[in-house]
Amino acid sequence: MIKAVMMMNTQGKPRLAKFYDFLPVEKQQELIRGVFSVLSSRPENVSNFLEIDSLFGPDSRLVYKHYATLYFVLVFDGSENELAMLDLIQVLVETLDKCFSNVCELDIVFNYSKMHTVLDEIVFGGQVLETRSDEIMKAVEEISKLEAASNSISLVPKSVSGWRGGR
Amino acid sequence: MEQLKTIGRELAMGSQGGFGQSKEFLDLVKSIGEARSKAEEDRIVLSEIDILKRKLLEPDIPKRKMKEYIIRLVYIEMLGHDASFGYIHAVKMTHDDNLLLKRTGYLAVTLFLNEDHDLIILIVNTIQKDLRSDNYLVVCAALNAICRLINEETIPAVLPQVVDLLNHQKEAVRKKAIMALHRFHRKSPSSVSHLISNFRKRLCDNDPGVMGATLCPLFDLITEDVSSYKDLVSSFVSILKQVTERRLPKSYDYHQMPAPFIQIKLLKILALLGCGDKSASEIMSMVLGDLFRKCDSSTNIGNAILYECIRCISCIIPSPKLLEAAADAISKFLKSDSHNLKYMGIDGLGRLIKISPDIAEQHQLAVIDCLEDPDDTLKRKTFELLYKMTKSSNVEVIVDRMTDYMISINDNHYKTEIASRCVELAEQFAPSNQWFIQVIMNKVFEHAGDLVNIKVAHNLMRLIAEGFGEDDDDADSKLRLSAVESHLQIMSEPKLPSLFLQVISWVLGEYGTADGKYSASYISGKLCDVADAYSSDETVKGYAVSALMKIYAFEIASGRKVDVLPECQSLIEELLASHSTDLQQRAYELQALLALDARAVESILPLDASCEDIEVDKDLSFLNGYIQQAIESGAQPYISERERSCMLETTDYHSQDHHEVPSHALRFEAYERPKPSSLPTQASTELVPVPEPSYYSEAHQPISTSSVSERESSEIKLRLDGVKQKWGRPSYQSSTSASSTPPQAANGTSSHPDVGVGSSSLKPRSSYESKKPEIDPEKQRLAASLFGGSSTSRSDRKSSSGGHKPAKGTASKPPKENPIPVQPPPDLLDFGEPTATSVTATDPFKELEGLMDSSSQDGGSTDVMGVLYSDAAPVTTTTSVDSLLSELSDSSKGNPGTYQSQTSKGPNSKEALEKDALVRQMGVNPTSQNPTLFKDLLG
Repeated sequence: MIKAVMMMNTQGKPRLAKFYDFLPVEKQQELIRGVFSVLSSRPENVSNFLEIDSLFGPDSRLVYKHYATLYFVLVFDGSENELAMLDLIQVLVETLDKCFSNVCELDIVFNYSKMHTVLDEIVFGGQVLETRSDEIMKAVEEISKLEAASNSISLVPKSVSGWRGGR
Repeated sequence: MEQLKTIGRELAMGSQGGFGQSKEFLDLVKSIGEARSKAEEDRIVLSEIDILKRKLLEPDIPKRKMKEYIIRLVYIEMLGHDASFGYIHAVKMTHDDNLLLKRTGYLAVTLFLNEDHDLIILIVNTIQKDLRSDNYLVVCAALNAICRLINEETIPAVLPQVVDLLNHQKEAVRKKAIMALHRFHRKSPSSVSHLISNFRKRLCDNDPGVMGATLCPLFDLITEDVSSYKDLVSSFVSILKQVTERRLPKSYDYHQMPAPFIQIKLLKILALLGCGDKSASEIMSMVLGDLFRKCDSSTNIGNAILYECIRCISCIIPSPKLLEAAADAISKFLKSDSHNLKYMGIDGLGRLIKISPDIAEQHQLAVIDCLEDPDDTLKRKTFELLYKMTKSSNVEVIVDRMTDYMISINDNHYKTEIASRCVELAEQFAPSNQWFIQVIMNKVFEHAGDLVNIKVAHNLMRLIAEGFGEDDDDADSKLRLSAVESHLQIMSEPKLPSLFLQVISWVLGEYGTADGKYSASYISGKLCDVADAYSSDETVKGYAVSALMKIYAFEIASGRKVDVLPECQSLIEELLASHSTDLQQRAYELQALLALDARAVESILPLDASCEDIEVDKDLSFLNGYIQQAIESGAQPYISERERSCMLETTDYHSQDHHEVPSHALRFEAYERPKPSSLPTQASTELVPVPEPSYYSEAHQPISTSSVSERESSEIKLRLDGVKQKWGRPSYQSSTSASSTPPQAANGTSSHPDVGVGSSSLKPRSSYESKKPEIDPEKQRLAASLFGGSSTSRSDRKSSSGGHKPAKGTASKPPKENPIPVQPPPDLLDFGEPTATSVTATDPFKELEGLMDSSSQDGGSTDVMGVLYSDAAPVTTTTSVDSLLSELSDSSKGNPGTYQSQTSKGPNSKEALEKDALVRQMGVNPTSQNPTLFKDLLG
């Protein structure tokens, strides 16, 4: 099971953090900081895996990938395959790339709720739900359409039907 | 530049409407992004919180604005600030009809609330409604929310709807409904136990995505109960086959691999189902073979599948062909340049050597490369592999490497782990005692002393005390001398761990002057230095004082004149007034001892008696006359143990005097008289008064001086009958060895069991391989020493591995099976004059030999070490005197009134130890006794 998904920049600022079991805010912060301090001390060109029992309890592994200014981090337990998780990060990034065409840190910062939407389509309750980025895109776009439609609700009342447009 | 880019993005976002963020939010994000310090960021967030608090109070907030505020709340909470003031608004938003707002509401509550939060109750109704919605996006949003928000109590409220959704026309909904059910199952298996068949049904869903999703719950279910899913083996195999044959729609391909995530999940399930099942393994071997052939090892995901195949093969009963394929895949991983693949290779190797131990040999150089790799993760994984393949032939090299690494890292968590692994390996495979002491003492203790378990220290002391266990006193004294020497050397280093200092003090006290190389004043000076340098550590001080006492006792006993160094004198004086009753008592005892004559001292603290056994008179039958007298004069008779047991259980030793049968209500009747506790034959009433009656204190002087401290612990050691043997084979041998080892009669006439004294061979095994040509000789050597034992000859290895496996079992299992905790050997040798006579003349090593002989017959010499070092060998007491005293103090503790005066002023000791002792007391029932003991002692 996937325990957490995190994105943080190379200065350690969290850009997105989702924990699949509830944790109090302070604990979340502690973990984010802990993960960052481990990641930032890793040299280049080493493996993308870490065993971090000390932070997340026994049998916890972490896979991370470093893209430009961002760390993508997945924390999971022994029932997942490390290499596959690495590819899940790849899926996430590919999808984001399609969403934002050439994704960069700013896109993630400024599209906070959309990020969550994308992530929810990929990982659901700690399990991998979907890995086909086309499918993910489809789902996200349907919601985006609604966004656009409902944004205009306040301006143009006629698009009431818009929120049913997703069907 | 960055700035410009930001503005550009912002404009673009503003024009496209994006995901509907307002200018304020973007400003917030931007200013936080540009914050130079954490303090600045905090300031920005705090002012943002102020703004939001104010704005949320405004009446009639437009909904779009509200959504915006909520996103801002989520954001500031992600940055680690409390946004609870806005939770209720997020909850309200979930009630909205507009899907967009609803989704935002759900997103916020799933991030804000835990499943037991009070506000959840306000959401459940909405979720129920949404699950029935016509709009599948609404349904998806609700399903998403229930994964996080529903707890055991609320599951029934949504369960029917979720089950209905399993047949929803949209596959996305079916998928999520399955996942939600899976989540329920994780949270509360009982609530969905009747629905498990649904998972099986969904496995046949015509949408591969839904089928793939079903594998997640099935994996969990099969992990819990393999046997009831055996019938699915062929279905899983055929699904996997279809997937690998690309029968799925093209859209499921990922990097040219057909549905890799589904394949991986299937392989995980097959590994579970094939574990130890020959027929199931055969069914799947075909498809596994295909996978090895088809997998594209040039992509990451292809390697992920390959690794999963290796893992699967290491679980099932594989055919030789499959094993070969797995070994090939592993060697490809290890040869790769990618650290990730090397990591997987090492991991796979660690799994595969369990079934085919030879495989490690081919990769020795690759393994050594990984060990020297700068990548910490890889290094640790390699250490894990080495740990798994340690045997007596390579233990020195491996433990050496491990300790070096342990010293080099700062991560306390991992340091502890690797230290305990070192100790475990050293205990199991140590080739010689000298080596064991050097490694454990000098390296592990010095660098991770505060991290290792206390019993390691006690094992070390016992080892030094017992020596080789052979009939070789020479070697023993050499060993001790080397321990003393290296300790004296290390002592001068600053800031040693407390545990290590305790060991040092004990060793110096026990053997510091033993062979005359060091003078008593030299050693005692050193001990005073320790007590001075670590004056805040009472345990160390206690050990140091006890060690001093032993030094002086040995001096007096050998007829030399003792001159107490001025610094010792001042130390004693300081401790006489110590706040710690333990230290105070030790100091008083030391002082008293200095005044005694040689004969008395010799019987109190005999030389090198730490391994002797002591027979304890449990019944205190010498008191019978006294009791008779007491009963005649009207005292109450003894109350049996059972009657007191409930009281005993809750007894806190320290608060004996306050302790009554716990009562929660006011009591109006008079308090009953204090009940006698565990001194079996004593009537307590007479003894209650706190100022001791003179006759009593006279008679029991030894008892009162004997500290009730940490000593009660050793009691168990004497009690071999009924206790599971830890030496040799646990089951059938236990009776024989138990009967051969019980302590001898206390009056000195030892009936020493001379069972099978055959010197078991404990030769150091450093069967290093001769070098092989080619490649870096340094590495070669390392490889040879790591893998050497195995490459020499197959039969050799087999016999050796066959040899120490049972040893492992016997050495490590018994402690688990045995409920009695391993007690810390008591704090050593305080006093109690009378005990000396009780010390048996048994040679402990002889006894050991008997034991070792039996255990070495089956295990080969390796086992002996393993067994020897396995903690808690109950046969040997570390200090004989203690055991007796502890016995006494034990009983005195049980008796609230009687010994109160002593308990309060004397011994003290730590709570933990007492609890420990209590547990032990529960576990072992005193049975045997020797009535003559105390007559001897007390005259």
